[in-house]
Amino acid sequence: VAAAESYPDELKYHPEHDWARIEGEEALLGITWYAQDALGELVHYEPPVDGASIAKDASYGEVESVKAVSELISPLSGEVAAVNQQVVDAPERVNEDPYGEGWLIRIRLSDPAEADSLLDAEAYEKLLAEQ
Amino acid sequence: MQTLRRTPLFEEHTRLGARMIPFAGWEMPVQYEGVIAEHRAVRSDCGVFDVSHMGEIEVEGPRARDLLQALLSNDLDRIGPGQAQYTLLTNERGAILDDLITYELDPFRYFLIVNASNRESDFEWIKERELRGSDARDVSDQYGLLAVQGPRSLDRLGLDETPAFTFSEGEIDGIACMINRTGYTGELGVELLVDAGDAAELWRRVLDRGATPCGLGARDTLRLEVCYPLHGNDIGPDTDAISAGLGWTCALDKDFTGAEELRRIKEEGPARRLVAFVMEESGVPRQGMRIVEGGEVTSGSHSPMLDRGIGMGYVDSALAEPETALTIDLRGRERRARVVRKPIYKREER
Repeated sequence: VAAAESYPDELKYHPEHDWARIEGEEALLGITWYAQDALGELVHYEPPVDGASIAKDASYGEVESVKAVSELISPLSGEVAAVNQQVVDAPERVNEDPYGEGWLIRIRLSDPAEADSLLDAEAYEKLLAEQ
Repeated sequence: MQTLRRTPLFEEHTRLGARMIPFAGWEMPVQYEGVIAEHRAVRSDCGVFDVSHMGEIEVEGPRARDLLQALLSNDLDRIGPGQAQYTLLTNERGAILDDLITYELDPFRYFLIVNASNRESDFEWIKERELRGSDARDVSDQYGLLAVQGPRSLDRLGLDETPAFTFSEGEIDGIACMINRTGYTGELGVELLVDAGDAAELWRRVLDRGATPCGLGARDTLRLEVCYPLHGNDIGPDTDAISAGLGWTCALDKDFTGAEELRRIKEEGPARRLVAFVMEESGVPRQGMRIVEGGEVTSGSHSPMLDRGIGMGYVDSALAEPETALTIDLRGRERRARVVRKPIYKREER
């Protein structure tokens, strides 16, 4: 069952349709409702390995639907602390709950100040409206 | 920018909230609810596809049959009026200009239903080779075509079961159409050829009868699971019928364009073959990906029924046996796959 469209206020957004939930020195990352809707039902999640370094604005993995593949762009830099194995096993979790059970990785932030460059929900929705 | 053509059902698709994409010069629905749900509807019950973008060529006259016997790979002597036949339009090298279905209305009149992307080139090819006493006309714009597919499709349409590859004039809820027992999904089903002006009404009646609207996304995963080749991916002007495993569509005991070359390939054995494979590891194979042992993926996707990656591709004939291990290069990641006998998915006996 696909989730209803939403962009929670407590998240930070990257223009490539990725979100970050910043929790102190760590952040959970995932893709937005818009991204999962554009892709359709996900059938594959190619995660990074635990401990890998990922860089802001660079690809850290892929998600695929039946028809399309999409790079995952990291909104923030850091080191992979955990991969959501539930999504590896059942990628459709992302469609069902993109901001909850459908999170993709947890990272330890290497530069928490990078968060200042991200969009808030209002600015991200404005960006979507322009597309 | 090229203007995209629209089928007589365009308004129906937008009303249903379909996601539209450009395909072979047409603006077509890729999905409504979702590819996987639509795929499952066809495997378990009944789905309807707008395939009005496909081309229809009518060939008639006292020498229509001679013309088609000379240009098409299959033998019209194997069918009679009211029967249809899967066949190939081949060039002098035995390569595949198109795959299509011939419908014999009577020995002087035939209908060819061809791929949308080849409609113009097929028609030109045939027109240039016409005989005195045969007349080919592109009548595509006069018709809409609806594919109604799935184990419950005939029940839902109130039709009696007839043999595959037969057709008849009939009606659904009073709308006259040609009812063809053909399809591209591996399921029981029909393709309804209808006057363009009646197509939208027929579409609505078929939906009222409980068919799930399905887009090109599900059409592709359905045909790939049953290993029906897609012209432009798995077969084309650089591939021949023998290598593609379509030798059964070639009557090599008759003369048609390229028959001599095909006889030679069959005699010598093809250097490579089109095989089907399933992924043994995660990941979705896609068209154009390298097969590490030598070869290339020509079609790849996720199988909703097997819940894993599947595909077809050409490999060296030595690697074509079922159970052979292959490695697919998924954008730099090498993942294991295994050659399987076609079809990849087989419907359980009813």
